[in-house]
Amino acid sequence: MMELSLIDMVFYLFSAVTVASGMLVISARNPVHSVLWLILAFFSAAGLFVLMGAEFLAMLLVVVYVGAVAVLFLFVVMMLDINFTELRQGMLQHLPLGGLVGFILLGELVALAVAWNFGADVAKNAASPAPIDTATTNTEALGQLLYTDYIFIFQTAGLILLVAMIGAIVLTLRDRPGVRRQNISVQVQRKPGEAYDLVDVDTGKGVSLPGKKG
Amino acid sequence: MNGETLTILPALPELILAVGAMALLMLGVFRGDKSYRQVANLSILLLVFCAVVMINQVGGEREVIFGDMFVTDAFAVFAKTLVYIGSAVAILIAGKFLSEHNIAKFEYPILILFATLGMLIMISANNLMSLYVGLELQSLSLYVLAAMNRDRLRSTEAGLKYFVLGALSSGMLLYGISLIYGFSGSTDFDVLATSLRGEGGAPIGVVIGLVFLLAGLAFKVSAVPFHMWTPDVYEGSPTPVTAFFAAAPKVAAMALLVRAMINGFPALIAEWQQVIVFISIASMLVGSFVALVQTNIKRLMAYSSIGHIGYALVGLAAGTQDGIEALLVYLAIYLTMTLGAFAAILSMRRNDGMVEDIDDLAGLSTTNLPMAVAIAIFMFSLAGIPLLAGFFGKWFIFLAAVEAGLVPLAIIGFLASVVACYYYLRIVKVMFFDESAGAFEGGHGQAVSAVVGVAAVLNSPVSFLLIWPLVGAAAWAAGSLLF
Repeated sequence: MMELSLIDMVFYLFSAVTVASGMLVISARNPVHSVLWLILAFFSAAGLFVLMGAEFLAMLLVVVYVGAVAVLFLFVVMMLDINFTELRQGMLQHLPLGGLVGFILLGELVALAVAWNFGADVAKNAASPAPIDTATTNTEALGQLLYTDYIFIFQTAGLILLVAMIGAIVLTLRDRPGVRRQNISVQVQRKPGEAYDLVDVDTGKGVSLPGKKG
Repeated sequence: MNGETLTILPALPELILAVGAMALLMLGVFRGDKSYRQVANLSILLLVFCAVVMINQVGGEREVIFGDMFVTDAFAVFAKTLVYIGSAVAILIAGKFLSEHNIAKFEYPILILFATLGMLIMISANNLMSLYVGLELQSLSLYVLAAMNRDRLRSTEAGLKYFVLGALSSGMLLYGISLIYGFSGSTDFDVLATSLRGEGGAPIGVVIGLVFLLAGLAFKVSAVPFHMWTPDVYEGSPTPVTAFFAAAPKVAAMALLVRAMINGFPALIAEWQQVIVFISIASMLVGSFVALVQTNIKRLMAYSSIGHIGYALVGLAAGTQDGIEALLVYLAIYLTMTLGAFAAILSMRRNDGMVEDIDDLAGLSTTNLPMAVAIAIFMFSLAGIPLLAGFFGKWFIFLAAVEAGLVPLAIIGFLASVVACYYYLRIVKVMFFDESAGAFEGGHGQAVSAVVGVAAVLNSPVSFLLIWPLVGAAAWAAGSLLF
């Protein structure tokens, strides 16, 4: 008889909820419900992170994924008129092929696990998955990794994003002629004298207005 | 890391380049597209300044910084000098072409600067992670440059094709890296080298990962069988961009490949050597035979570059210090030949714009003899005819291969270069013996003429004087790799 501690029970609770809601994400008929199940999956995964002692990652998962990404999904699903039932129509038809690919992948993973033998020299390279030193907090350990150990890679990644931004602008920005943009400084600097003209109109002759500045 | 002071001096040129590129970007943004000339000139100055700083301040001493991510040594200095030259020339020859095609945007030199920065990081990579970020920084800039002429279908097609296939190759590269990391516990070249040398050989997962890593890198140097994108991208991209693609990124990716194999996996030489031998032979053969039927000179140059990468890989396949030395000499000579040839292609202009067919060169000797002689020198040099620079490159490469016991590889390479002679000489024949197809109009700019002239002189028999200092520098560079 296996003894279940409280932590074990919480772990199984969170894992079961994660897996179940993951299944429901792909099986729910209504795409809005799918996104809601996805949010539940994120929350449960965050709970698993807390159990592992990675509370900072748990908070990030909730803030970034639930707060931003899932809400974005929700907007996309609700705003775009995509017929998801139509997209899912071929699912049963492709199930055998998909299942086959899945089984091959599983077989490869098993083969990988069997071949997983390290030499003595190699085994000592493996890093520990979490900071062992309990004095450093999660946030501090992550900061240490990102901004000290991997500062070079972090900065280069920033440059890559900058290039992506430049590229997007170069390839898509077009100057459209004839667009009337609001120019606030011109508007503010306008004086009452420029705004109107008083014209004496002679009867029966009409009037020609002088051209106005935009 | 804790408590150590962070040394950044060895990365000083890279830091200057990054900050300078961002400053020039600001300049361009605030001054608009009319600032193209100014930004381009300042970019060339910045590249020259960084090269001077690198040679004066960093030097050839091996130093490893940023937590073993970044290494500078003589090998890096040599390869980076070539990259600086390639990038500066690519900006230099572009001005006229870009303004005529209404794409003289200030982003062009900026993107070249960022691509150069990526290449410098690649060359100095001492870790699979810095290898990857450098490669991505370079590739992303190149994708945008290929699609720079966005109103032309061929250019956008080139950019998209390059992007999709490049993303695929990055995927393979990352898969390989993850396998290597999973089975060896480290991404650091030095740690990999020592721990894989241990008893019982390397785990099988590392070998599989290594093959994926090689596939990804072979894509970046456009070695067969990962060369499919090259002709289309070379043909579709604006010509100055093609000149850039064929020169600097090739040098950087080859240097990266050499460092990864020699420094990171010296214990697995038997495994990677057979892969390199295969892609080298395949590249030489495809580069020779498929080029025979090309009519567009940019496509021809694409196959030519595939073939030349094959020859350069022979030096890596040898796996010896002599082989790497020959490879570096080859890359330096290849750089001058390619830049010269593309500058010459940029001068092929008729009233309705650029012409790119080999037949358009007909009778060039009667209308513009100096240009015809220059192109003939590049073609003879690319073919590896004795007395010209290209001959020395091939000679050192095959010599190294024979000394390393790879006689069949050297023989195949020699035969492939005989086949390749045909299409290089065909261009010479078209220029000197065919009925004239009309003169090219001038106006390609002094910069292009100057590049053609300098490259032609460097490749001409004058190279007898220059080859020995070059070999000395290459030997110094190759000696700094840990064998």
